[in-house]
Amino acid sequence: MTLAQGFSSILIALAIVTSAWGGKDYGLKPVEIAPNTYVLLGVNEHFNFRNGGNIVNTGFIVTQAGVVVIDSGPSRLYGEQLRAAIGKVTDKPILKLFNTHLHPDHVLGNQAFEEVPIAALAGTIEGMRQQGESFNDAMYRLAGAWMAGTRVVLPTETVQPGSLEIGGHHLQLIEMKGHSHADLMILDQTTGVLFAADMVFHGRTPTTPHADPNHWLQALQRVAKLDFKLLVPGHGSVIEGPQAIEQTRDYLQWLIAHLTRAAEEGMSMAEVLQPDAPPEISALAVFHQEYQRSVSHLYPAIEAKVLSRGRVVRE
Amino acid sequence: MKARVARSFHLLLLLPVFCCTTNKIHAEQDQVDPLKSPMWQDMRRNLLGDSPVIFDDRVRVLAPGNAEDSMNVPVLVDASALGEVSRLLVFAELNPIHKVLEMEPLQANPLVGFRIKVQQATPVRAAALTPDGTWHVAGRIVEAAGGGCTVPSLGSGDSDWASRMGEVVGRLWPNNDATRLRLRIMHPMDTGLVPGIPAFHIDRLDFLDATGEPLSRLFLYEPVAENPVITLDLPRRDSVTVVGTDNNGNPIEAKIVAGLQEAER
Repeated sequence: MTLAQGFSSILIALAIVTSAWGGKDYGLKPVEIAPNTYVLLGVNEHFNFRNGGNIVNTGFIVTQAGVVVIDSGPSRLYGEQLRAAIGKVTDKPILKLFNTHLHPDHVLGNQAFEEVPIAALAGTIEGMRQQGESFNDAMYRLAGAWMAGTRVVLPTETVQPGSLEIGGHHLQLIEMKGHSHADLMILDQTTGVLFAADMVFHGRTPTTPHADPNHWLQALQRVAKLDFKLLVPGHGSVIEGPQAIEQTRDYLQWLIAHLTRAAEEGMSMAEVLQPDAPPEISALAVFHQEYQRSVSHLYPAIEAKVLSRGRVVRE
Repeated sequence: MKARVARSFHLLLLLPVFCCTTNKIHAEQDQVDPLKSPMWQDMRRNLLGDSPVIFDDRVRVLAPGNAEDSMNVPVLVDASALGEVSRLLVFAELNPIHKVLEMEPLQANPLVGFRIKVQQATPVRAAALTPDGTWHVAGRIVEAAGGGCTVPSLGSGDSDWASRMGEVVGRLWPNNDATRLRLRIMHPMDTGLVPGIPAFHIDRLDFLDATGEPLSRLFLYEPVAENPVITLDLPRRDSVTVVGTDNNGNPIEAKIVAGLQEAER
Protein backbone atom coordinates (compact mmCIF):
# COMPACT_ATOMS: atom_id res chain seq x y z
CA MET A 1 0.00 0.00 0.00
CA THR A 2 1.39 3.35 -1.01
CA LEU A 3 1.35 6.34 1.27
CA ALA A 4 -1.40 7.92 -0.86
CA GLN A 5 -3.50 4.75 -0.65
CA GLY A 6 -3.00 4.62 3.10
CA PHE A 7 -3.95 8.25 3.44
CA SER A 8 -7.09 7.87 1.35
CA SER A 9 -8.18 4.77 3.29
CA ILE A 10 -7.82 6.80 6.48
CA LEU A 11 -9.94 9.52 4.90
CA ILE A 12 -12.58 6.97 3.88
CA ALA A 13 -12.60 5.46 7.36
CA LEU A 14 -12.98 8.93 8.83
CA ALA A 15 -15.80 9.72 6.40
CA ILE A 16 -17.63 6.52 7.36
CA VAL A 17 -17.36 7.31 11.05
CA THR A 18 -18.45 10.95 10.70
CA SER A 19 -21.35 10.05 8.41
CA ALA A 20 -22.52 7.48 10.95
CA TRP A 21 -22.53 10.40 13.41
CA GLY A 22 -24.75 12.42 11.05
CA GLY A 23 -22.17 15.18 10.85
CA LYS A 24 -22.65 15.94 14.54
CA ASP A 25 -19.49 16.37 16.53
CA TYR A 26 -19.33 17.10 20.25
CA GLY A 27 -15.71 18.17 19.72
CA LEU A 28 -14.60 16.16 22.76
CA LYS A 29 -11.07 17.03 23.82
CA PRO A 30 -9.55 15.09 26.68
CA VAL A 31 -7.54 17.39 28.94
CA GLU A 32 -4.80 15.75 31.00
CA ILE A 33 -5.32 17.16 34.49
CA ALA A 34 -2.97 14.77 36.31
CA PRO A 35 -0.68 11.93 35.23
CA ASN A 36 -2.72 9.57 33.03
CA THR A 37 -5.92 11.28 34.12
CA TYR A 38 -8.16 13.03 31.61
CA VAL A 39 -11.32 15.10 31.78
CA LEU A 40 -13.75 16.09 29.01
CA LEU A 41 -15.41 19.32 30.05
CA GLY A 42 -19.00 20.15 29.10
CA VAL A 43 -20.39 23.65 28.75
CA ASN A 44 -22.06 25.49 31.66
CA GLU A 45 -25.48 25.60 30.00
CA HIS A 46 -28.84 23.92 30.12
CA PHE A 47 -29.54 21.15 27.58
CA ASN A 48 -30.23 22.59 24.14
CA PHE A 49 -30.17 21.73 20.45
CA ARG A 50 -26.73 23.33 20.02
CA ASN A 51 -24.85 21.60 22.82
CA GLY A 52 -26.62 18.27 22.26
CA GLY A 53 -26.61 17.61 26.00
CA ASN A 54 -22.86 18.07 26.44
CA ILE A 55 -23.15 20.04 29.66
CA VAL A 56 -21.43 17.39 31.74
CA ASN A 57 -17.90 16.41 32.70
CA THR A 58 -16.74 12.89 31.97
CA GLY A 59 -13.26 11.51 32.61
CA PHE A 60 -10.94 8.56 32.33
CA ILE A 61 -7.83 7.16 33.98
CA VAL A 62 -5.30 5.27 31.88
CA THR A 63 -3.89 2.63 34.24
CA GLN A 64 -1.22 0.04 33.47
CA ALA A 65 -3.93 -2.58 33.05
CA GLY A 66 -6.34 -0.53 30.98
CA VAL A 67 -8.71 2.41 31.03
CA VAL A 68 -11.25 3.27 33.74
CA VAL A 69 -13.99 5.59 32.46
CA ILE A 70 -16.10 7.81 34.70
CA ASP A 71 -19.53 8.53 33.21
CA SER A 72 -20.52 8.06 29.58
CA GLY A 73 -22.27 11.35 28.68
CA PRO A 74 -25.75 12.29 27.49
CA SER A 75 -26.22 10.19 24.31
CA ARG A 76 -25.14 7.18 22.29
CA LEU A 77 -23.29 9.64 20.04
CA TYR A 78 -21.40 11.15 22.96
CA GLY A 79 -20.47 7.66 24.18
CA GLU A 80 -19.10 6.74 20.76
CA GLN A 81 -17.17 9.98 20.44
CA LEU A 82 -15.86 9.56 23.98
CA ARG A 83 -14.52 6.12 23.05
CA ALA A 84 -12.94 7.57 19.92
CA ALA A 85 -11.34 10.32 22.00
CA ILE A 86 -9.97 7.76 24.47
CA GLY A 87 -8.64 5.75 21.51
CA LYS A 88 -6.57 8.75 20.43
CA VAL A 89 -4.92 8.91 23.87
CA THR A 90 -4.20 5.21 24.41
CA ASP A 91 -4.39 1.80 22.77
CA LYS A 92 -5.10 0.16 26.12
CA PRO A 93 -8.44 -1.65 26.48
CA ILE A 94 -11.29 -0.17 28.46
CA LEU A 95 -11.59 -2.14 31.69
CA LYS A 96 -14.58 -0.57 33.33
CA LEU A 97 -17.09 2.24 33.09
CA PHE A 98 -18.48 3.78 36.26
CA ASN A 99 -21.86 5.56 36.30
CA THR A 100 -21.75 8.05 39.16
CA HIS A 101 -25.53 8.46 39.46
CA LEU A 102 -28.76 8.01 37.53
CA HIS A 103 -29.04 11.30 35.66
CA PRO A 104 -29.27 11.08 31.86
CA ASP A 105 -26.36 13.39 31.03
CA HIS A 106 -24.05 10.99 32.89
CA VAL A 107 -25.29 7.59 31.68
CA LEU A 108 -26.97 7.69 28.27
CA GLY A 109 -23.64 7.12 26.51
CA ASN A 110 -23.51 3.61 28.05
CA GLN A 111 -24.56 2.11 24.72
CA ALA A 112 -21.05 2.67 23.37
CA PHE A 113 -19.62 0.60 26.24
CA GLU A 114 -21.96 -2.37 26.11
CA GLU A 115 -19.22 -5.02 26.01
CA VAL A 116 -17.43 -3.43 28.97
CA PRO A 117 -18.40 -4.00 32.63
CA ILE A 118 -20.52 -0.99 33.68
CA ALA A 119 -20.55 -0.41 37.42
CA ALA A 120 -22.85 1.72 39.58
CA LEU A 121 -24.25 1.85 43.09
CA ALA A 122 -27.31 -0.36 43.68
CA GLY A 123 -29.55 2.69 44.12
CA THR A 124 -28.34 4.13 40.83
CA ILE A 125 -29.12 0.93 38.93
CA GLU A 126 -32.61 0.77 40.44
CA GLY A 127 -33.22 4.45 39.65
CA MET A 128 -32.13 3.97 36.05
CA ARG A 129 -34.35 0.91 35.74
CA GLN A 130 -37.37 2.91 36.90
CA GLN A 131 -36.74 6.25 35.24
CA GLY A 132 -34.16 5.73 32.50
CA GLU A 133 -36.64 5.60 29.65
CA SER A 134 -38.49 8.74 30.69
CA PHE A 135 -35.11 10.52 31.00
CA ASN A 136 -34.28 9.37 27.49
CA ASP A 137 -37.59 10.76 26.18
CA ALA A 138 -37.02 14.05 27.97
CA MET A 139 -33.47 14.33 26.60
CA TYR A 140 -34.74 13.84 23.07
CA ARG A 141 -37.04 16.81 23.49
CA LEU A 142 -34.30 18.92 25.06
CA ALA A 143 -31.25 18.01 22.98
CA GLY A 144 -32.90 16.97 19.71
CA ALA A 145 -31.23 15.00 16.94
CA TRP A 146 -28.04 14.46 18.94
CA MET A 147 -30.02 11.85 20.87
CA ALA A 148 -30.92 9.75 17.80
CA GLY A 149 -30.65 6.01 18.42
CA THR A 150 -29.99 6.40 22.14
CA ARG A 151 -31.43 3.81 24.48
CA VAL A 152 -30.92 3.04 28.15
CA VAL A 153 -28.20 0.49 28.92
CA LEU A 154 -28.25 -0.53 32.56
CA PRO A 155 -25.06 -1.09 34.54
CA THR A 156 -23.97 -4.71 34.79
CA GLU A 157 -22.12 -4.57 38.13
CA THR A 158 -23.04 -3.26 41.55
CA VAL A 159 -20.37 -1.08 43.13
CA GLN A 160 -19.28 -2.06 46.62
CA PRO A 161 -18.01 1.09 48.29
CA GLY A 162 -14.39 0.86 49.47
CA SER A 163 -10.91 0.43 48.01
CA LEU A 164 -10.23 -0.89 44.54
CA GLU A 165 -6.81 -1.26 42.98
CA ILE A 166 -6.72 -1.18 39.18
CA GLY A 167 -3.48 -1.20 37.19
CA GLY A 168 -1.49 0.54 39.91
CA HIS A 169 -4.14 3.13 40.80
CA HIS A 170 -5.64 2.99 44.28
CA LEU A 171 -9.24 4.08 43.94
CA GLN A 172 -11.58 4.87 46.81
CA LEU A 173 -15.19 4.28 45.79
CA ILE A 174 -17.24 6.52 48.04
CA GLU A 175 -21.01 6.23 48.38
CA MET A 176 -22.83 9.46 49.12
CA LYS A 177 -26.35 10.74 48.80
CA GLY A 178 -27.95 14.13 48.54
CA HIS A 179 -27.77 15.10 44.90
CA SER A 180 -29.62 11.87 44.18
CA HIS A 181 -30.38 8.91 46.43
CA ALA A 182 -27.09 7.24 45.39
CA ASP A 183 -24.06 9.30 44.37
CA LEU A 184 -20.72 7.66 43.65
CA MET A 185 -17.51 9.63 44.06
CA ILE A 186 -14.15 8.21 43.00
CA LEU A 187 -10.98 9.37 44.75
CA ASP A 188 -7.83 8.26 42.96
CA GLN A 189 -5.34 8.15 45.85
CA THR A 190 -2.48 7.58 43.42
CA THR A 191 -2.93 10.99 41.76
CA GLY A 192 -5.02 12.83 44.35
CA VAL A 193 -7.82 13.46 41.84
CA LEU A 194 -11.36 13.40 43.23
CA PHE A 195 -14.11 12.72 40.72
CA ALA A 196 -16.84 14.32 42.80
CA ALA A 197 -19.61 13.89 40.20
CA ASP A 198 -22.73 15.98 40.83
CA MET A 199 -22.16 16.19 44.56
CA VAL A 200 -20.10 19.25 43.61
CA PHE A 201 -20.89 21.92 41.02
CA HIS A 202 -18.44 24.67 40.10
CA GLY A 203 -19.57 28.00 38.67
CA ARG A 204 -22.88 26.45 37.68
CA THR A 205 -26.12 26.31 39.63
CA PRO A 206 -26.60 22.87 41.24
CA THR A 207 -29.57 20.83 40.04
CA THR A 208 -32.06 19.23 42.41
CA PRO A 209 -34.54 16.92 40.61
CA HIS A 210 -33.78 14.04 42.99
CA ALA A 211 -32.03 16.00 45.70
CA ASP A 212 -32.39 15.87 49.44
CA PRO A 213 -30.64 19.16 50.27
CA ASN A 214 -30.12 18.30 53.93
CA HIS A 215 -28.44 15.00 53.11
CA TRP A 216 -26.46 16.80 50.45
CA LEU A 217 -25.18 19.41 52.91
CA GLN A 218 -24.19 16.71 55.41
CA ALA A 219 -22.37 14.83 52.66
CA LEU A 220 -20.49 17.97 51.57
CA GLN A 221 -18.93 18.15 55.04
CA ARG A 222 -17.52 14.67 54.40
CA VAL A 223 -16.34 15.69 50.91
CA ALA A 224 -14.46 18.66 52.36
CA LYS A 225 -12.50 16.34 54.68
CA LEU A 226 -11.27 14.09 51.87
CA ASP A 227 -7.58 14.25 51.03
CA PHE A 228 -7.53 15.37 47.40
CA LYS A 229 -5.33 17.62 45.27
CA LEU A 230 -7.70 18.26 42.40
CA LEU A 231 -11.47 18.11 42.26
CA VAL A 232 -13.43 17.24 39.13
CA PRO A 233 -17.00 18.51 39.58
CA GLY A 234 -19.90 17.00 37.65
CA HIS A 235 -20.40 20.37 36.01
CA GLY A 236 -17.94 23.26 35.78
CA SER A 237 -14.17 23.54 35.66
CA VAL A 238 -11.63 21.40 37.52
CA ILE A 239 -10.35 23.07 40.67
CA GLU A 240 -7.83 22.71 43.48
CA GLY A 241 -9.00 23.25 47.01
CA PRO A 242 -12.42 23.50 48.60
CA GLN A 243 -13.90 26.46 46.71
CA ALA A 244 -16.37 24.47 44.58
CA ILE A 245 -17.50 22.47 47.61
CA GLU A 246 -18.15 25.71 49.48
CA GLN A 247 -19.94 27.20 46.49
CA THR A 248 -22.25 24.18 46.24
CA ARG A 249 -22.84 24.32 50.00
CA ASP A 250 -23.55 28.07 49.95
CA TYR A 251 -26.05 27.70 47.13
CA LEU A 252 -27.93 24.87 48.83
CA GLN A 253 -28.00 26.73 52.14
CA TRP A 254 -29.31 29.86 50.44
CA LEU A 255 -31.89 27.85 48.49
CA ILE A 256 -33.32 26.08 51.54
CA ALA A 257 -33.30 29.23 53.68
CA HIS A 258 -34.93 31.28 50.93
CA LEU A 259 -37.70 28.76 50.21
CA THR A 260 -38.33 28.11 53.90
CA ARG A 261 -38.65 31.82 54.65
CA ALA A 262 -41.04 32.24 51.71
CA ALA A 263 -43.19 29.35 52.92
CA GLU A 264 -43.18 30.72 56.49
CA GLU A 265 -44.39 34.06 55.14
CA GLY A 266 -47.30 32.34 53.39
CA MET A 267 -46.08 32.79 49.83
CA SER A 268 -47.81 30.83 47.11
CA MET A 269 -45.50 28.70 44.96
CA ALA A 270 -45.93 30.91 41.91
CA GLU A 271 -44.92 33.93 44.00
CA VAL A 272 -41.44 32.53 44.72
CA LEU A 273 -40.45 32.03 41.08
CA GLN A 274 -38.62 35.38 40.85
CA PRO A 275 -36.15 35.43 43.74
CA ASP A 276 -34.05 38.17 45.26
CA ALA A 277 -30.75 36.37 45.36
CA PRO A 278 -27.40 37.75 46.48
CA PRO A 279 -25.05 38.46 43.54
CA GLU A 280 -22.71 35.55 44.24
CA ILE A 281 -25.71 33.21 43.95
CA SER A 282 -27.41 34.75 40.93
CA ALA A 283 -24.05 34.93 39.11
CA LEU A 284 -23.91 31.13 38.89
CA ALA A 285 -24.48 29.86 35.34
CA VAL A 286 -28.13 29.06 34.42
CA PHE A 287 -29.23 30.32 37.83
CA HIS A 288 -32.69 31.44 36.83
CA GLN A 289 -33.68 28.22 35.06
CA GLU A 290 -32.26 25.92 37.72
CA TYR A 291 -33.74 27.97 40.54
CA GLN A 292 -37.22 27.73 39.01
CA ARG A 293 -36.77 23.98 38.56
CA SER A 294 -35.72 23.72 42.21
CA VAL A 295 -38.84 25.57 43.33
CA SER A 296 -40.82 22.82 41.66
CA HIS A 297 -38.69 20.07 43.24
CA LEU A 298 -38.42 21.42 46.77
CA TYR A 299 -41.14 23.93 47.59
CA PRO A 300 -44.08 21.49 47.91
CA ALA A 301 -42.42 19.57 50.76
CA ILE A 302 -41.20 22.71 52.55
CA GLU A 303 -44.64 24.27 52.23
CA ALA A 304 -46.43 21.11 53.41
CA LYS A 305 -44.40 21.22 56.62
CA VAL A 306 -45.27 24.88 57.18
CA LEU A 307 -48.97 24.35 56.47
CA SER A 308 -49.18 21.29 58.73
CA ARG A 309 -48.29 23.49 61.71
CA GLY A 310 -51.43 25.56 61.26
CA ARG A 311 -54.48 25.04 63.48
CA VAL A 312 -57.25 23.14 61.76
CA VAL A 313 -60.46 21.92 63.35
CA ARG A 314 -62.25 19.28 61.34
CA GLU A 315 -65.95 20.01 61.72
CA MET B 1 -95.53 34.52 -3.60
CA LYS B 2 -95.85 38.25 -3.16
CA ALA B 3 -95.77 37.87 0.55
CA ARG B 4 -92.60 35.84 0.32
CA VAL B 5 -90.85 38.53 -1.74
CA ALA B 6 -91.96 41.15 0.71
CA ARG B 7 -90.57 39.09 3.58
CA SER B 8 -87.26 38.66 1.78
CA PHE B 9 -87.22 42.37 1.22
CA HIS B 10 -87.65 42.97 4.89
CA LEU B 11 -84.81 40.60 5.57
CA LEU B 12 -82.68 42.59 3.14
CA LEU B 13 -83.50 45.72 5.08
CA LEU B 14 -82.32 44.04 8.21
CA LEU B 15 -79.06 42.94 6.63
CA PRO B 16 -77.10 46.17 7.20
CA VAL B 17 -78.05 45.98 10.87
CA PHE B 18 -76.65 42.45 11.14
CA CYS B 19 -73.54 43.54 9.30
CA CYS B 20 -73.00 46.36 11.76
CA THR B 21 -73.40 44.04 14.72
CA THR B 22 -71.05 41.41 13.35
CA ASN B 23 -68.55 44.10 12.40
CA LYS B 24 -68.56 45.34 15.95
CA ILE B 25 -67.98 41.84 17.31
CA HIS B 26 -65.23 41.27 14.76
CA ALA B 27 -63.53 44.48 15.75
CA GLU B 28 -63.24 43.18 19.32
CA GLN B 29 -62.30 39.69 18.24
CA ASP B 30 -59.61 41.09 16.01
CA GLN B 31 -57.84 42.71 18.92
CA VAL B 32 -54.53 40.90 18.60
CA ASP B 33 -54.06 38.06 21.05
CA PRO B 34 -50.68 38.81 22.65
CA LEU B 35 -50.06 35.06 23.00
CA LYS B 36 -51.08 34.35 19.36
CA SER B 37 -52.95 31.23 20.39
CA PRO B 38 -54.86 29.27 17.73
CA MET B 39 -57.58 28.54 20.28
CA TRP B 40 -58.19 32.07 21.52
CA GLN B 41 -61.30 32.79 19.43
CA ASP B 42 -62.88 29.49 20.50
CA MET B 43 -62.10 30.14 24.14
CA ARG B 44 -63.53 33.59 23.92
CA ARG B 45 -66.74 32.38 22.31
CA ASN B 46 -67.22 29.37 24.59
CA LEU B 47 -66.15 30.78 27.93
CA LEU B 48 -66.66 34.54 27.78
CA GLY B 49 -69.75 34.79 25.56
CA ASP B 50 -70.70 38.05 23.92
CA SER B 51 -69.33 40.38 26.59
CA PRO B 52 -66.61 42.85 25.62
CA VAL B 53 -63.08 41.57 26.12
CA ILE B 54 -59.85 43.50 26.49
CA PHE B 55 -56.31 42.27 27.03
CA ASP B 56 -55.21 43.96 30.22
CA ASP B 57 -51.88 43.78 32.02
CA ARG B 58 -53.52 44.78 35.27
CA VAL B 59 -54.46 41.11 35.53
CA ARG B 60 -51.28 39.42 36.77
CA VAL B 61 -50.73 35.78 35.90
CA LEU B 62 -47.67 34.30 37.60
CA ALA B 63 -46.47 30.95 36.28
CA PRO B 64 -43.13 29.47 35.22
CA GLY B 65 -42.10 29.70 31.56
CA ASN B 66 -41.33 25.99 31.68
CA ALA B 67 -43.28 23.32 33.52
CA GLU B 68 -40.65 21.32 35.39
CA ASP B 69 -43.39 19.02 36.69
CA SER B 70 -46.36 18.97 34.32
CA MET B 71 -48.51 17.52 37.12
CA ASN B 72 -47.84 20.51 39.37
CA VAL B 73 -47.44 23.83 37.60
CA PRO B 74 -47.73 26.72 40.05
CA VAL B 75 -50.06 29.56 39.04
CA LEU B 76 -51.16 32.71 40.83
CA VAL B 77 -53.74 35.06 39.38
CA ASP B 78 -54.16 38.53 40.82
CA ALA B 79 -56.69 40.98 39.40
CA SER B 80 -56.70 43.31 42.45
CA ALA B 81 -55.43 46.20 40.33
CA LEU B 82 -58.83 46.29 38.58
CA GLY B 83 -60.70 47.12 41.79
CA GLU B 84 -64.02 45.33 42.00
CA VAL B 85 -64.13 41.99 40.20
CA SER B 86 -67.25 39.81 40.25
CA ARG B 87 -65.81 36.70 38.59
CA LEU B 88 -62.39 35.35 37.84
CA LEU B 89 -62.00 32.56 35.33
CA VAL B 90 -58.79 30.63 34.68
CA PHE B 91 -58.33 28.43 31.63
CA ALA B 92 -55.54 26.59 29.81
CA GLU B 93 -56.66 26.47 26.22
CA LEU B 94 -54.38 23.79 24.79
CA ASN B 95 -55.24 21.42 27.62
CA PRO B 96 -57.77 18.68 26.79
CA ILE B 97 -59.95 20.21 29.51
CA HIS B 98 -59.82 23.99 29.25
CA LYS B 99 -61.47 25.34 32.36
CA VAL B 100 -59.20 25.20 35.37
CA LEU B 101 -60.90 27.24 38.05
CA GLU B 102 -63.50 29.89 38.67
CA MET B 103 -63.61 32.34 41.54
CA GLU B 104 -66.36 34.50 42.89
CA PRO B 105 -64.21 36.79 45.01
CA LEU B 106 -67.18 38.12 47.10
CA GLN B 107 -65.34 39.83 49.98
CA ALA B 108 -61.88 38.51 49.08
CA ASN B 109 -59.29 40.08 46.82
CA PRO B 110 -59.59 38.75 43.29
CA LEU B 111 -56.45 36.70 43.87
CA VAL B 112 -55.98 32.95 43.87
CA GLY B 113 -52.93 30.69 43.91
CA PHE B 114 -53.05 27.00 42.97
CA ARG B 115 -51.29 24.36 40.83
CA ILE B 116 -52.40 22.79 37.60
CA LYS B 117 -51.74 19.83 35.35
CA VAL B 118 -50.81 20.59 31.74
CA GLN B 119 -50.85 18.13 28.88
CA GLN B 120 -48.57 20.15 26.57
CA ALA B 121 -47.31 23.69 26.14
CA THR B 122 -50.34 25.95 26.61
CA PRO B 123 -51.38 29.49 27.35
CA VAL B 124 -52.59 29.83 30.94
CA ARG B 125 -55.10 32.67 31.02
CA ALA B 126 -57.15 34.55 33.51
CA ALA B 127 -60.26 36.57 32.69
CA ALA B 128 -61.61 38.99 35.29
CA LEU B 129 -65.15 40.36 34.96
CA THR B 130 -65.59 43.95 36.14
CA PRO B 131 -69.01 45.47 37.05
CA ASP B 132 -69.25 47.22 33.65
CA GLY B 133 -69.54 43.75 32.08
CA THR B 134 -66.06 43.71 30.54
CA TRP B 135 -63.71 40.74 30.70
CA HIS B 136 -60.10 41.75 31.35
CA VAL B 137 -57.80 39.03 30.05
CA ALA B 138 -54.11 38.26 30.56
CA GLY B 139 -51.99 35.17 30.45
CA ARG B 140 -48.71 33.57 29.70
CA ILE B 141 -47.46 30.53 27.85
CA VAL B 142 -46.18 27.62 29.89
CA GLU B 143 -43.92 25.29 27.95
CA ALA B 144 -44.29 21.66 28.95
CA ALA B 145 -43.07 18.24 28.01
CA GLY B 146 -46.57 17.03 28.64
CA GLY B 147 -48.52 14.14 30.04
CA GLY B 148 -49.94 15.94 33.06
CA CYS B 149 -53.56 15.15 32.31
CA THR B 150 -53.22 11.59 31.08
CA VAL B 151 -50.81 10.36 33.71
CA PRO B 152 -52.57 8.91 36.75
CA SER B 153 -52.12 11.15 39.75
CA LEU B 154 -49.83 9.73 42.39
CA GLY B 155 -52.69 10.17 44.80
CA SER B 156 -54.82 7.63 43.04
CA GLY B 157 -51.82 5.41 42.33
CA ASP B 158 -51.30 5.22 46.07
CA SER B 159 -53.62 2.57 47.51
CA ASP B 160 -53.83 4.64 50.68
CA TRP B 161 -55.31 7.79 49.12
CA ALA B 162 -58.88 7.01 50.17
CA SER B 163 -58.02 7.05 53.87
CA ARG B 164 -56.69 10.61 53.69
CA MET B 165 -59.15 12.02 51.18
CA GLY B 166 -60.67 15.30 52.28
CA GLU B 167 -58.01 15.86 54.94
CA VAL B 168 -57.23 19.57 55.25
CA VAL B 169 -54.11 21.33 56.51
CA GLY B 170 -54.01 25.09 56.45
CA ARG B 171 -52.81 28.24 58.05
CA LEU B 172 -53.81 31.90 58.32
CA TRP B 173 -51.40 34.80 57.98
CA PRO B 174 -52.97 37.97 59.34
CA ASN B 175 -51.99 41.21 57.61
CA ASN B 176 -53.16 44.72 58.38
CA ASP B 177 -56.30 44.62 56.30
CA ALA B 178 -56.37 41.06 55.01
CA THR B 179 -55.86 37.47 56.07
CA ARG B 180 -53.94 35.21 53.78
CA LEU B 181 -55.30 31.67 53.80
CA ARG B 182 -53.24 28.79 52.48
CA LEU B 183 -54.62 25.29 52.63
CA ARG B 184 -54.10 21.85 51.15
CA ILE B 185 -56.91 19.39 50.65
CA MET B 186 -56.08 15.73 50.03
CA HIS B 187 -57.89 14.67 46.87
CA PRO B 188 -56.77 12.69 43.79
CA MET B 189 -58.31 15.24 41.36
CA ASP B 190 -58.54 12.62 38.60
CA THR B 191 -59.26 14.05 35.17
CA GLY B 192 -61.18 11.10 33.72
CA LEU B 193 -58.69 11.05 30.84
CA VAL B 194 -56.73 8.10 32.22
CA PRO B 195 -58.21 4.77 31.07
CA GLY B 196 -60.09 3.08 33.89
CA ILE B 197 -60.06 6.06 36.26
CA PRO B 198 -63.22 8.20 36.21
CA ALA B 199 -63.21 11.96 36.61
CA PHE B 200 -63.11 12.57 40.33
CA HIS B 201 -62.38 16.06 41.55
CA ILE B 202 -63.33 18.71 44.06
CA ASP B 203 -65.82 20.97 42.32
CA ARG B 204 -66.79 23.61 44.85
CA LEU B 205 -65.29 25.29 47.90
CA ASP B 206 -67.01 27.97 49.99
CA PHE B 207 -65.02 30.04 52.46
CA LEU B 208 -67.06 31.29 55.42
CA ASP B 209 -66.32 33.29 58.52
CA ALA B 210 -67.33 32.30 62.07
CA THR B 211 -70.82 33.73 61.59
CA GLY B 212 -71.35 31.71 58.41
CA GLU B 213 -70.98 34.75 56.19
CA PRO B 214 -69.53 33.81 52.78
CA LEU B 215 -66.10 35.38 52.21
CA SER B 216 -65.23 33.83 48.87
CA ARG B 217 -66.13 30.93 46.58
CA LEU B 218 -64.18 28.68 44.21
CA PHE B 219 -65.23 26.21 41.54
CA LEU B 220 -62.47 23.73 40.67
CA TYR B 221 -62.20 21.69 37.49
CA GLU B 222 -60.21 18.63 36.47
CA PRO B 223 -56.91 20.37 35.58
CA VAL B 224 -56.30 21.53 39.18
CA ALA B 225 -53.39 19.43 40.50
CA GLU B 226 -53.98 16.59 42.95
CA ASN B 227 -54.07 17.49 46.64
CA PRO B 228 -54.88 21.11 45.76
CA VAL B 229 -52.93 23.81 47.56
CA ILE B 230 -54.97 27.02 47.47
CA THR B 231 -53.92 30.56 48.38
CA LEU B 232 -56.49 33.33 49.01
CA ASP B 233 -56.42 36.84 50.46
CA LEU B 234 -59.58 37.18 52.58
CA PRO B 235 -60.85 39.99 54.79
CA ARG B 236 -59.31 40.04 58.24
CA ARG B 237 -60.72 37.16 60.31
CA ASP B 238 -59.44 34.96 63.17
CA SER B 239 -60.90 31.84 61.65
CA VAL B 240 -62.10 30.68 58.26
CA THR B 241 -64.25 27.65 57.54
CA VAL B 242 -63.97 25.85 54.23
CA VAL B 243 -66.99 23.85 53.10
CA GLY B 244 -67.01 21.98 49.82
CA THR B 245 -67.83 18.89 47.82
CA ASP B 246 -66.34 16.79 45.06
CA ASN B 247 -68.23 15.58 42.01
CA ASN B 248 -69.20 12.39 43.89
CA GLY B 249 -70.77 14.39 46.68
CA ASN B 250 -68.10 13.71 49.28
CA PRO B 251 -68.12 16.58 51.76
CA ILE B 252 -65.10 18.67 52.72
CA GLU B 253 -65.27 20.73 55.87
CA ALA B 254 -62.61 22.23 58.10
CA LYS B 255 -62.06 25.33 60.19
CA ILE B 256 -58.68 27.02 59.99
CA VAL B 257 -57.88 29.09 63.07
CA ALA B 258 -55.23 31.81 63.39
CA GLY B 259 -52.03 30.79 65.13
CA LEU B 260 -49.96 27.64 65.31
CA GLN B 261 -50.60 24.26 66.86
CA GLU B 262 -50.02 24.25 70.63
CA ALA B 263 -47.21 21.70 70.56
CA GLU B 264 -45.29 23.78 68.05
CA ARG B 265 -45.50 27.11 69.81
